[in-house]
Amino acid sequence: MAKEKFEDALDKLEQIVREMEAGNLPLDSALKSFEEGIRLIRFCSAKLDEAERRVELLLEDGHSLKTKNFQDDVNDE
Amino acid sequence: MKEILSVSQLNDQIKIFLEDAFGSLWIEGEVSNLRRPQSGHVYFTLKDDRSQIRAVFFRQFGNFRNRIQNFDLEDGMKILCRARLGAYPPRGEYQLIVESVEPQGTGALQKAFEQLKFRLASEGLFDDSHKKKLPFLPRCIGIITSPTGAVIRDILNVTRRRFPSVDILIAPVRVQGTEAAGEIIAALRNLHTSDRVDVIMIARGGGSLEDLAPFNDEDLARAIFSSTIPVVSAVGHETDFTICDFVSDLRAPTPSAAAELTVPQRSNLLERIHDLQNRLYRTGQHALTRQKERLTSLQARFKNPRRYLMDYSISLDMLKERILRALEQNAQSGKNLLQQLTLRMNHANPANRLREKRILLGHLKNHLRNTWSQHRHQQREKLHALSALLSSLNPLSVLHRGYSITRRLANGEIVYQANRLTLKEKIGIQLAGGAIDAQVEKIHEE
Repeated sequence: MAKEKFEDALDKLEQIVREMEAGNLPLDSALKSFEEGIRLIRFCSAKLDEAERRVELLLEDGHSLKTKNFQDDVNDE
Repeated sequence: MKEILSVSQLNDQIKIFLEDAFGSLWIEGEVSNLRRPQSGHVYFTLKDDRSQIRAVFFRQFGNFRNRIQNFDLEDGMKILCRARLGAYPPRGEYQLIVESVEPQGTGALQKAFEQLKFRLASEGLFDDSHKKKLPFLPRCIGIITSPTGAVIRDILNVTRRRFPSVDILIAPVRVQGTEAAGEIIAALRNLHTSDRVDVIMIARGGGSLEDLAPFNDEDLARAIFSSTIPVVSAVGHETDFTICDFVSDLRAPTPSAAAELTVPQRSNLLERIHDLQNRLYRTGQHALTRQKERLTSLQARFKNPRRYLMDYSISLDMLKERILRALEQNAQSGKNLLQQLTLRMNHANPANRLREKRILLGHLKNHLRNTWSQHRHQQREKLHALSALLSSLNPLSVLHRGYSITRRLANGEIVYQANRLTLKEKIGIQLAGGAIDAQVEKIHEE
């Protein structure tokens, strides 16, 4: 399964909430949508709560590439 | 011992000598006598105020090596050339073989910039249809810029403040000078190769047109155009425009602005998700409540069919009663009507009237009878009187006293005057007892 994108998840969540608010869903669809909504909220929240970023330098090393941590006073604050 | 050379030999040696001695060189001067034959190569003379040299700019260099500024040479233009010296033995001439050209001076730079911008625009490189959409929330931003200085610090600051967990991959380059454009192109390629970034930012602080020259490079423009990853250009200050800005998918006025445009504000997203979560719970709760209410209402309406039967039998009874009552009422009113009619018919019975008339007739009969007999009696008495009167008046009664009545026999006319008769005329004489016929014998006049 392809990696889910934050924006797609957020859009889907928005759509689910709007559909449910319209109130036209049969009960079992509403329950399914609700579960899916909860899952999307968890997913999006997890994305937002992801760990601290990595800041790296991309360097050429002969014919290949390597990365190196970028030390910066901003990041060390 | 004198060495004797042929012309060809000399020119060949000069060629080797010249080309070895000078190699690659930089030379500046003014363009004159510019020619562009069908071949596509460009011939011109480069000169200064005291001297001149012929130059050729081969088409392949014109297309691929003129990378600082792609512009059209014009007579009178001041240029800086990277060239080597070449001899042409068949004619014993030497000339500059130009590999790249840069215009000299600000006016020329500006001109070159306008020319390139116009050309790339006509090719469609700036068209909106080619602009790629930036990811809403990038996982990793590739930044092509100088690893030192304010620009990278600003970008790191802003991105960290807005969304602390977005990774940054910096491709360090020089952002000024002749090597810069090539390094930036290489950085673009490397970031594609690394396969980690989903948006690329090309950033540099403000500067003069010359400082920004690397970002007006045609090859860089084409590299950005063919990038499969969205590119944000943040070159110079708000008022500086570069080719890089035009060809990128998004132009940011400053590096900080680029950071803001690339990374969403985490707190906003959190707020939005919170809002959606609340709405989801509320609407979920609502859906359940609504269905529950429906169920309750349906339960209330759900009845044993026996109850319907009872209802029906009750209403059946009621209908029966109503029918009976209605029938009864009908009968009663019929009876009343009959009575009325009987009464009226009795009133109108002809026997009664007959009896009345008969009585009336009796009365009338009696009356008539009485009247009649009375009348007859009167008439009889009247008759007696009249008859007595009559008999007293009868002319014939005088005859009893001796009188007679003489008549002309011919016509029965009573004769009053004797002279009315004629002689011998037959007359009748009536007497009280019988009559005599006679003949006039003599007439006596008085």
